[in-house]
Amino acid sequence: MSTVETKVTSVQDAPEKQETHVHVQPSSARKLSTFLSTYVFSKDHKVIGLQFLFSTLLWFLIGGLLALAVRWQVAWPWSDVPVVGKLFAQQGGQMAPEFYTMLFTMHATVMIFLVIIPILAGAFGNFLIPLMIGADDMAFPTLNMLSYWFMWPAFIAFGASFFVEGGAASSGWTSYPTLATNVNSSPGAGWGQTLWLIGLTFVGVSSMLGSVNYMTTIILMRAPGMTMFRLPMTIWAMFITAVLQAFALPVLTAAGFMQLADRSLGTGFFTPEGNIVNNAIATAGGGQPLLWQHLFWFYSHPAVYIMILPAMGMVSDILTCFARKPLFGYRPMVYSVAGIAGLGFIVWGHHMFMSGMNPALGVTFMVSTMMIALPSAVKTFNWLGTIWGGRIQFTTSMLFALSFVSMFIIGGLSGIFMAATPVDIFIHDTYFIVAHFHYVLFAGTAMGVWAAIYFWFPKMFGRTMNEFWGKVHFFLTFIFLNGTFFTMHILGAVGFPRRLADAYHYETFHHLQPLNAFMTYCAIGMVASQIIFAVNFFWSMFYGPVAGRNPWNSNTLEWTAPSPPGHGNFDFQPIVHRGPYEYSVPGVETDHLMQTDPPNAAATAAAAAAH
Amino acid sequence: MKRLAGLFWGLLFLAVPILGVVTFAVAPAYDIWLPKDVSEHGAAVDGLFYFILWLTGVVFVVTEVALFWFIWKYDANNKKAEVKYRHGSHVLEVVWTIVPAGVLLFLAIYQMNTWADVKMRRPNMAPTVEVIGRQFEWRLRYPGRDGVLGTPDDLHLVNDLHLPIDEDILIQLKSMDVLHSFFLPNVRIKQDAVPGMKIPVWFKAREEGVFDIVCAELCGWGHYKMKGRVTFESRESFEQWLEVKYQEQEATQASSTET
Repeated sequence: MSTVETKVTSVQDAPEKQETHVHVQPSSARKLSTFLSTYVFSKDHKVIGLQFLFSTLLWFLIGGLLALAVRWQVAWPWSDVPVVGKLFAQQGGQMAPEFYTMLFTMHATVMIFLVIIPILAGAFGNFLIPLMIGADDMAFPTLNMLSYWFMWPAFIAFGASFFVEGGAASSGWTSYPTLATNVNSSPGAGWGQTLWLIGLTFVGVSSMLGSVNYMTTIILMRAPGMTMFRLPMTIWAMFITAVLQAFALPVLTAAGFMQLADRSLGTGFFTPEGNIVNNAIATAGGGQPLLWQHLFWFYSHPAVYIMILPAMGMVSDILTCFARKPLFGYRPMVYSVAGIAGLGFIVWGHHMFMSGMNPALGVTFMVSTMMIALPSAVKTFNWLGTIWGGRIQFTTSMLFALSFVSMFIIGGLSGIFMAATPVDIFIHDTYFIVAHFHYVLFAGTAMGVWAAIYFWFPKMFGRTMNEFWGKVHFFLTFIFLNGTFFTMHILGAVGFPRRLADAYHYETFHHLQPLNAFMTYCAIGMVASQIIFAVNFFWSMFYGPVAGRNPWNSNTLEWTAPSPPGHGNFDFQPIVHRGPYEYSVPGVETDHLMQTDPPNAAATAAAAAAH
Repeated sequence: MKRLAGLFWGLLFLAVPILGVVTFAVAPAYDIWLPKDVSEHGAAVDGLFYFILWLTGVVFVVTEVALFWFIWKYDANNKKAEVKYRHGSHVLEVVWTIVPAGVLLFLAIYQMNTWADVKMRRPNMAPTVEVIGRQFEWRLRYPGRDGVLGTPDDLHLVNDLHLPIDEDILIQLKSMDVLHSFFLPNVRIKQDAVPGMKIPVWFKAREEGVFDIVCAELCGWGHYKMKGRVTFESRESFEQWLEVKYQEQEATQASSTET
């Protein structure tokens, strides 16, 4: 392969660069501190990325089990919970309604704040940004280390809240006042809610540290020749995600402190006058419950895009690699990510159409929400254009990436129903919306994350994952996820409300139990399928086939570094000569031209002809 | 085996639009579909739902089938033709930006009137009844004989809402403690009840019958059981019912003042 020769010459080009990163052998007295600084309080972006990856995958398991418990109650209300029933037996193995309320609150909290956001930005952002832009590390390695360790107080706060009196938070992951602010309103509104707010604040600090770091690194530390418009889509998505976080997070942090003050100091930002909860004494108040909703969604709507944009970027890169074709419409793809981010700041009110907010304001938010569907549509068409006329290789990673596109179409289209305000009157807070956001966040983002794990695993651990079991994992997950979530659409069409411990005593919903039971069986299958993934992941880490630098014949810079890359990443100075998607260039003998390959007359001619 | 990979995975992806359409086509036969609508504005809401369903349904099927087609046709194991080395197409980008933009803008404008009817064009009248959410019940207050809310002759009831058909209803929605949401699936009405706010809700029922009142906003541990019933009936039977309830209230109040 021509690429190998390039690398060898490049290594000789930059010997002094390599010198600076040779490890000094530690003396025995300093071994412990070396161990701590290498694996625990490491400032190496790759180690921090893997720390994020392992932590978030562990929480993914916990979040998934919480989901199963939720599904159990929805399918078979008040029946004995199998296996773990004795652990939370308030009423002899059955679930108490307040326990159910806590379960779905913590399922969402864990999945959003401890899994999706940190796995995308924390794990993949950290691991990939310096490698893909050709930098030896992040701009601020210490901040980077802190961004991981600030997650631990959050882990502890959320984790410990399950064991405090009254249990963990149970006001929904949105924590709407006055249910969340008034300690008399529910059992979980005591210590559980306070710990929830503390945990949220630490997650925010962690994200903020990461976001500042990513922006600076991408702006300042790109390799020579790596212009902004030669960046892979993954990096563009991470960059814009970081911008979103930097602008939206302060609002959430402020709102969190206000709610904390309401609860502990009686400030009443969100409590109106004369509010009597559970026969307690009326509060002084003077506040407005809707204020929290505005502040919360001002962050949490952009956060929805924080939870999908990086996956979109990674999927774009994976699709091009395994279709052996340039990305269709690179610049429109970049502009549409930017468009989503910009519009993302003016659509938060679509969560509040039924909230009592001025209905005229609802019209404004409806129009902006309709418009934000546009860049998503453009992206989908460009993904289809990318695989059109390609030479598709069905690796596990590619299958997950293709399923991302397939599932995102569903999640995107169902959003139009909610955006239409009159339709939202009926389907708001029903299973229709539950279907919608699970298609975006699970069938979209989580499938994208799996695509990324299978794709970059060789770079992380120097070995590839087992392809056969990878495909079995994909097949089962794909079938079961659609069984679980597609049926939620028709459940929502009946108006079946979310967050009800038992809806079958309503005449409107009494006949829906068999459908819910079917969905729960599928959910159990979906979680069980992840055992295959877990075994494959850990087995391949130690015994998988050894991968070279570039097992997928991909183009981007991380594949020029050793697998796994040592401290300082590159054993030569990468110099970038072209964009990241030069696959199957006519007149070039290999089917890919890496970004570092020297200028090639045939490639230049082909590129000129193609434009 | 390898030669069939593209077909196998392609068919898996093709199953998505096929089973998706089948699910929506079969669901109404099992009554897993929009519940009966007895309101005047409901037809407009449902019409918009069906319009969007058809619109997104077509886009869904076309894009998913295209995905299947590409997966099958461009499988590396079967494909002899050259990869199309293209970085995009300006014409296509313009087309698939302008067309969806036009459709979405049309949708946005098309629905405004329905929304204004249900949430913005409030009928000019005194409230028919006041509904107050409270953990975990719907408290109802009818104006009584003087037709004015907040006077001593108000009629107080819980969870059992009666309303006349074929005339404008104006509900004054309040909450005592936390957020609730007043959801009438059969009237296509949903409105959050917010502590500290008086929110007007209006509609007109076309048919008699007894239907569910559902709380659709998490309001605490007993959220699932915050259930009420609404009875739509003719003006005469509504007034008879009011009179009976009023007499019952008078009797209990009288007896309680005596003791």
